[in-house]
Amino acid sequence: MNPNPLKAQAERRKERIDTLAETAGTGTVTSAGEIEEAPGVSLIASAFRRLRRNPVFLVGAAITLAFIILAIIAPWIAPHDPTQGLLLDKVRQQSNPIPGPEPGFPLGADNRGRDLLSRLMVGAQQTLMVGVGATVLGLIGGLTLGTLAGAFGGWVDSFVMRIVDVMLSIPSLLLAMSIAAIAARPSQMTVILAIAIVEIPIFARLLRGSMLAVRSSDHVLAARALGVKQSAIVFRHIIPNSLAPVIVQATIVLATAIIDAAALSFLGLGNPDDRQPEWGQMLGASQEFLGDYPHLAFYPAACIIIVALGFTLMGESLREALDPKTRR
Amino acid sequence: MLRFIVRRLIQMVGVVIVLSLLVFIWLRSLPGGTVSAMLGDRATPETTARLTKELGLDQPIWVQYGRFVQRVLTGDFGVSTGVLPGRDALDIFMTRFPATIELAIFALIIAVAAGIPLGYLAARRRGSMFDNTSIVGSLVGVAVPVFFLAFLLKYLFALELGVLPVSGRQSTGLDATRVTGFFVLDGILTREWDAAWDAFKHLILPALALSSIPFAVIFRITRASVLEVMDEDYVRTAESKGLANSTIRGRHILRNALLPVITTIGLQTGGLLVGAVLTERVFSFGGVGDALAAAFTLRDYAVLQMILLASAIIFVLVNLVVDILYAVIDPRVRTR
Repeated sequence: MNPNPLKAQAERRKERIDTLAETAGTGTVTSAGEIEEAPGVSLIASAFRRLRRNPVFLVGAAITLAFIILAIIAPWIAPHDPTQGLLLDKVRQQSNPIPGPEPGFPLGADNRGRDLLSRLMVGAQQTLMVGVGATVLGLIGGLTLGTLAGAFGGWVDSFVMRIVDVMLSIPSLLLAMSIAAIAARPSQMTVILAIAIVEIPIFARLLRGSMLAVRSSDHVLAARALGVKQSAIVFRHIIPNSLAPVIVQATIVLATAIIDAAALSFLGLGNPDDRQPEWGQMLGASQEFLGDYPHLAFYPAACIIIVALGFTLMGESLREALDPKTRR
Repeated sequence: MLRFIVRRLIQMVGVVIVLSLLVFIWLRSLPGGTVSAMLGDRATPETTARLTKELGLDQPIWVQYGRFVQRVLTGDFGVSTGVLPGRDALDIFMTRFPATIELAIFALIIAVAAGIPLGYLAARRRGSMFDNTSIVGSLVGVAVPVFFLAFLLKYLFALELGVLPVSGRQSTGLDATRVTGFFVLDGILTREWDAAWDAFKHLILPALALSSIPFAVIFRITRASVLEVMDEDYVRTAESKGLANSTIRGRHILRNALLPVITTIGLQTGGLLVGAVLTERVFSFGGVGDALAAAFTLRDYAVLQMILLASAIIFVLVNLVVDILYAVIDPRVRTR
């Protein structure tokens, strides 16, 4: 029974997360403990066998890998210093404030004469930072809350889950905007924090659900029968076996984090310091030139879309592969 | 049924009180604060202290909350300091609200009209080319930032091709009569067909941009739900009884598959509000979302408070409607 409409709303959202947790939860159980009902091939092994031939997964993984490599090596392969206004004299001379492409500057420059290609390449770094930073912080918060709820149960569980449900019922970007607005001086860190806080309830609910599924599994029962301490059961048996669905979800959430960061920048709640380029920020800043120079928006947007798609494709195909229901 | 609705209504009041408390605390924790926002450049220690006292901000927080509730109940939401300085916040909200509703309804119509049939077809032809293309399409739809899609549509259809208007809700030259504040409806009511058509053209691009995410979500839920229902025993029974295909599809599959879809549509309200903030900004649509974005950057406390409170109430109301709809379709819900 649903005591109030808001909870009913969260109820539906959490049902979705719970099914996610359960399906993937049983998967890890089967693979970890050699339970007799486990079929010949372990779930993870069969999942990877299918993933190897899944074009969706391969495309997603290739994009993700390329993005990470670019983010690491960008400072060395970028043709110019992304912070220096090398074409600044051009910006000043012409009535045209955005220098177009020219030898050595294949994409032209931005309104401060900085090489666009170099900014895009180096921008991968900060973009990766925002995505990974927010997701890791969200994971840490979510794992802590989820572990508390899932391991102790009882009133701790209901208390933690009540908070999580309220957070889940607020539209995510609105929550991120509200948190980002509290910061007196917006910076990259406030953006990361705002997005991380929005992610906490997602991970908390997912981990709790999958911990509940694992807790009642046979290998935990066996450990308990052997007299293993409660803390050891939680940290050595339950948590490691519950993590798979959370990690899969993290790849999908990472894509949302990058898109949300761009939206915050667009609304003027992002990092105002543009010495360190970031795609979302470049996209947000390009809006004032949209009418005459749409390419300033198109390049960073294309980068964001491709990377977000890469993470989503990878995450979705991983999730499908780990779902025991799709094994047939 | 009536008892069900009354119970929900009472619960709703509780939720709104909790949400108003959250909004209140959040507003007080914003940097700068109301006083410096109102004074601006005229802020000196003396004027700041005087205004703080006048506004009762030196009182304990629960006293402040009591006053806040009192003022809100009498319809006093404060005066705007940034969006439209000097105007009543409630006034600003009421004039802009129809714009956002009109936009959201159009976006939802597009999302539902495209999402449900496509999701159904994709499920019927599972694994086909059509199925795979639409799945990838819906994933791409989610990966594109909403405001960039709005940019793109505006650039292509308004700036490059010039077939649709660039921004606003209606061409300025038109002297249209206002009745309800919903411009398309106004045009139809007053039989000013050109005004209705003009307002409709202004709606197309923002509504398309806003519909992208609800469309992707509705499509995927419909597909998953139809797939699940198609496997049910009662569908097999219906088939073996020799019922007409159209009866099986309409009465057995679609009706049962639509239950989760309706919930999802209800869940989209929050997303539509956030999406409206982004799309209205791109098209300078002059709705609530536009005002909310401006209020955030200009730190207009009265307008922020007004819009957040109103959206909390709308959000809860929509949930109530979805719950009631759900109870009508699925009688099991009523007795729970």
